[in-house]
Amino acid sequence: MVKFQNITKIYSPHTIALDNVSFEIEPKEFICLVGKSGAGKTTLLRLFIGEEKPTQGRIFFNDQDVHRIRPGRLPELRRKIGSVFQDYKLLPVKTAYENIAYAMEVIGATDIEITRDVAEVLDIVGLTNKADNFPAQLSGGERQRVAIARALVHRPEVILADEPTGNLDPYHTLDIIRLLLKINEMGTTVILATHNKDIINSLGRRVITFHEGKVIRDEEKGRFVL
Amino acid sequence: MFTPLRRVIKSGLDSFSRDGGLAAANLFIMVMTISVITSIFFFQDVGQFLISSIQEKVDISAYFKYETSEERILEVKDELAQLSQVKEVEFVSKEEALANFSERHQEDLVLMESLAEIGYNPFLASLNIKAFNPNQYEEVAGFLKDSSYGGLIEKVDYYQRRPVIERIFALTSNLNTAGIILSLIMVIVAVLVAFNSVRLAIYNCREEIKIQRLVGASNWFIRGPFLVQGAAIGAFSALIALLLFTFLSWILNSRVEFLFPDLSLFGLFLTNFWLIFFIQLVAGIGLGIISSLIAIRRYLRI
Repeated sequence: MVKFQNITKIYSPHTIALDNVSFEIEPKEFICLVGKSGAGKTTLLRLFIGEEKPTQGRIFFNDQDVHRIRPGRLPELRRKIGSVFQDYKLLPVKTAYENIAYAMEVIGATDIEITRDVAEVLDIVGLTNKADNFPAQLSGGERQRVAIARALVHRPEVILADEPTGNLDPYHTLDIIRLLLKINEMGTTVILATHNKDIINSLGRRVITFHEGKVIRDEEKGRFVL
Repeated sequence: MFTPLRRVIKSGLDSFSRDGGLAAANLFIMVMTISVITSIFFFQDVGQFLISSIQEKVDISAYFKYETSEERILEVKDELAQLSQVKEVEFVSKEEALANFSERHQEDLVLMESLAEIGYNPFLASLNIKAFNPNQYEEVAGFLKDSSYGGLIEKVDYYQRRPVIERIFALTSNLNTAGIILSLIMVIVAVLVAFNSVRLAIYNCREEIKIQRLVGASNWFIRGPFLVQGAAIGAFSALIALLLFTFLSWILNSRVEFLFPDLSLFGLFLTNFWLIFFIQLVAGIGLGIISSLIAIRRYLRI
């Protein structure tokens, strides 16, 4: 479903973010990318959603070369991918409800669909009673749940979660991971980048370990080893 | 089809009303810009009025020899009136000239006594001539000198007044050019300031734009609300500027009227009301939309 082929990303001769990375992701997989900060996890995700171009190599999503897509059609790719970030990236001038609804508005959903689906995902992430709060009025864990709801609401094929628990306490961390597992069970592929050892070890899913831009380990039911 | 448009408009108006501080700052700059543009329009009118009222005061007189008969002078008058340069010709007879003089100097006993001493009316009959343009007096004076009536004429005072007339002519045409250049500079400065403040506002939103891109919004879906917001600020500013000008021209009206009795600021404002409002609206909305469009371009390249 997703194929990374010999990906290299060089920012400057001294900064090689990714060095000849190749692997494939199957549909409905739950895959963890681990590694120290600066190991190349985030760069890989940015390449995947077309935010940047690789210096070498190709990325395929459903057999389509991501970097051959014209800039005008890039939004269509991104609508098939739900992104969750460490810093939430919610729109500060929109309420929780509007933030989630926005992801549906951009794909041209009808008002009826929006009302129905937003209510549904708000229920999944347990924030029905906070729908009218602005991000500034929510706690870190709640904001991340809004972000996940937004990533989820247009039924993407893949969810990218880049350090989604980086800013959260252990209790909320567990919350978010449970949510991602639930989403995965409902049939969505999940790519989780993290350096949280406990999470990786408790999950028992496929783990790809990065070190200085290279893949040094790719194991089914992997553990956190650096 | 209409759903995205409705959403774009709603989103633009929402951020306009929610982001109060930023909107207020932009509003202020826009009102200033529109005011500058409107004042230029206004001053152009007032300036034209002042220039033409100065030009109105310029004339030349041809004095006829003492023995010339009134019929001959009126013939010259008819001839002059047919010249394309001449706006108005007025005949002043010897008696009128004397009456004018006496009226003007009735306080001055020495002058009046010496006039009485002479024993006859020493004044010459004359034609007062007004041209359409100050630079046409030379031709009129030349016509009087060279025509067959040249022998009847004692003197044409153009030759004494010439420096003054030429200076007025130079001054008014300079004023016009200076006005146009100054207006252009002011408009450019105002537009740049407005453009920059909109750019700053959008710079503040660059994170938001990035997020919208990541969620998969198309460029027009992102751009739209900013354009709506720009247009809303522009339209609002135009309304404020209009109120400001109504108030100012009303307040200043009596003062200006005191200086120039024929000039009514408020009247000028009222006769041009729709034109002024149109200029303000177009300037406001146009500026808002165009500067938003240019400013947002660079953030859409993610």
